[in-house]
Amino acid sequence: MTLLQVRDLDVTFDVTPRGAWPWTKPGKLQAVSKMSFDLEAGQTMGVVGESGSGKSTLARAIVGTVPTTGGQILWEGRDLRQMSPRDRRTHRRDVQMVFQDPLAALNPRMTVGEIIAEPLTTHQPDISKKDARTRVGEMMERVGLLPNLLNRYPHEFSGGQCQRIGIARALILNPKLVICDEPVSALDVSVQAQVVNLLKQLQREMKLSMIFIAHDLSVVKHISDRTLVMYLGRQMEQAEARQLVREPRHPYTQALIASVPIPDPLLEAARKRPVLGGELPSPLSPPSGCAFRTRCPKAQPDCAESRPLMQEAAPGHFVACPYHEVISPLATT
Amino acid sequence: MALLDVENLAVTFRTADGTVNAVNGLSLSIEAGETLAIVGESGSGKSQTAFAVMGLLARNGLASGSVRLDGDELLGLSQSALNKLRAQQMAMIFQDPMTSLNPYLKVGDQMAEVLTLHKGMSKRDALKDCVAMLDAVRIPDAAGRLRMYPHEFSGGMRQRIMIAMALLCRPRLLIADEPTTALDVTVQAQIMELLAEVRQEFGTAMILITHDLGIVADTCERTVVMYGGRVMEQGATTDLFATPSHPYTLGLLRAVPRLDIDQDELATIPGDPPDMSRLPKGCPFTPRCAFRLDHCGDVQPELLAYRDVRRACHADPEVVK
Repeated sequence: MTLLQVRDLDVTFDVTPRGAWPWTKPGKLQAVSKMSFDLEAGQTMGVVGESGSGKSTLARAIVGTVPTTGGQILWEGRDLRQMSPRDRRTHRRDVQMVFQDPLAALNPRMTVGEIIAEPLTTHQPDISKKDARTRVGEMMERVGLLPNLLNRYPHEFSGGQCQRIGIARALILNPKLVICDEPVSALDVSVQAQVVNLLKQLQREMKLSMIFIAHDLSVVKHISDRTLVMYLGRQMEQAEARQLVREPRHPYTQALIASVPIPDPLLEAARKRPVLGGELPSPLSPPSGCAFRTRCPKAQPDCAESRPLMQEAAPGHFVACPYHEVISPLATT
Repeated sequence: MALLDVENLAVTFRTADGTVNAVNGLSLSIEAGETLAIVGESGSGKSQTAFAVMGLLARNGLASGSVRLDGDELLGLSQSALNKLRAQQMAMIFQDPMTSLNPYLKVGDQMAEVLTLHKGMSKRDALKDCVAMLDAVRIPDAAGRLRMYPHEFSGGMRQRIMIAMALLCRPRLLIADEPTTALDVTVQAQIMELLAEVRQEFGTAMILITHDLGIVADTCERTVVMYGGRVMEQGATTDLFATPSHPYTLGLLRAVPRLDIDQDELATIPGDPPDMSRLPKGCPFTPRCAFRLDHCGDVQPELLAYRDVRRACHADPEVVK
């Protein structure tokens, strides 16, 4: 059975502009709009997008910390909103999160042992102290931390080690799905590679499903099976991760790939890199029709009229643009 | 003569935990119109090098060695003498464009201040120049934008204003400290393209400080790789990237996931970035180095020429692969 199905998901926030009168009607901010995707057990879905594209809101909606305003999230076939409190507790145990800022995500007044054990003692209150301690020790070893650091505090660790603690806390309950929200973007390059490799290895060993959110397309491509590209709360393209980079079809994905400089001076000199003009429109008043049309090099007059639907352009390759074609911004001339 | 000549620069900070050596014996030079990248991870001393050159070190910081601009020594100059050089000869743009603009001043006022202060222009003439410069960095409706405050601009636009402001007096050297780290990739591409254009137009030399190897490959002719406050390797960017001869450069290049290549596993550099107050006596990279020799931790290797680059490493360059 498909582990997670997201169907036409909407998340809307009420936003009151600063300085507005108390009786002013709040504006609607569509953080996530008509999002659909499936996640199979053991698979990794990468989500890329620039700031304000709604990637983190999507993650929160799946965890259940942000109320959805439309559509469905089906967890093992059951609607999240209609779950009994008992099932909901199981869902919360099965879905865990790893956050961006590794130090800020850890309570500075708790020891590492307490931090990692907390989910365990919350969900299994009758677990003995000794058992909890053994499980924490095992988990610490698994993520590459020395178990004798159990009684240290987060500030005594480096950024990379803190992220390992965050990962241990997320995995201690043997979850089915781990949502990683920009887990490596605060880390240095050399440490980033360590954490990426660790996540990949743990995912294989524990047969985890993962949603990996990042703004760095290279990292997402490396770690994901499939990748979802978001822009202004809407999905633009979805495909197998390597194919998405090799044969992107949506003009936005192409622009995103073209914007990433590759650490190879000869390749960079030979590569054509059209730069995308303009800036992200305000999410409070998104463009009509296709959200990307104001910056799109291929925009046509009818792009403003109706919102393009996701269509299957090639097997397993979905794109929300009627004028899609394969252009590779990695090709050299 | 080189435009900027840094020799044996050391930056130390007095802190409660003792003296921290942020930069140790750094030497580099940059010719007029050239682009030089300083690459390194957090704590490698790349930003402190820039601050030392600009005379902007924090109060507990001390720079020694020699920094010469056009042959004139900068270290030890008084604030007023430095002020004459800043903006006119050298200027700097910072990582976060919001915190480096004054939120209380209209953009036009803070830009014009540069010209009235450094060139003694009248406010009216200064504003005219500002409009021209905002046009040059392609901010639409420049005249109208002068009356706006920094918070009314997006991150990308603010960075354009910073660039315009830095170039107002046509400095010969521009130091850009992680100018695009806070920006999204598509905006980053816009800003890097803009920097390349204005640099060509005004013939400005640039020192680009970054941790992003992709940006280095895209923009800089020469590269200096720093780790633990020391230069590990320096040379032409093409040479350095094609045949890295220092274990750290090699490790860094292999640890980056690439868009154009499908990798199964990323090569990693084990361990964590160094604690700057407890550096080994010798090479700071020793504890994480796969090629370390017995004496690496005790004897600092000199920066010696090897083929077309200069490297500071005891290991045989033929072995580092």
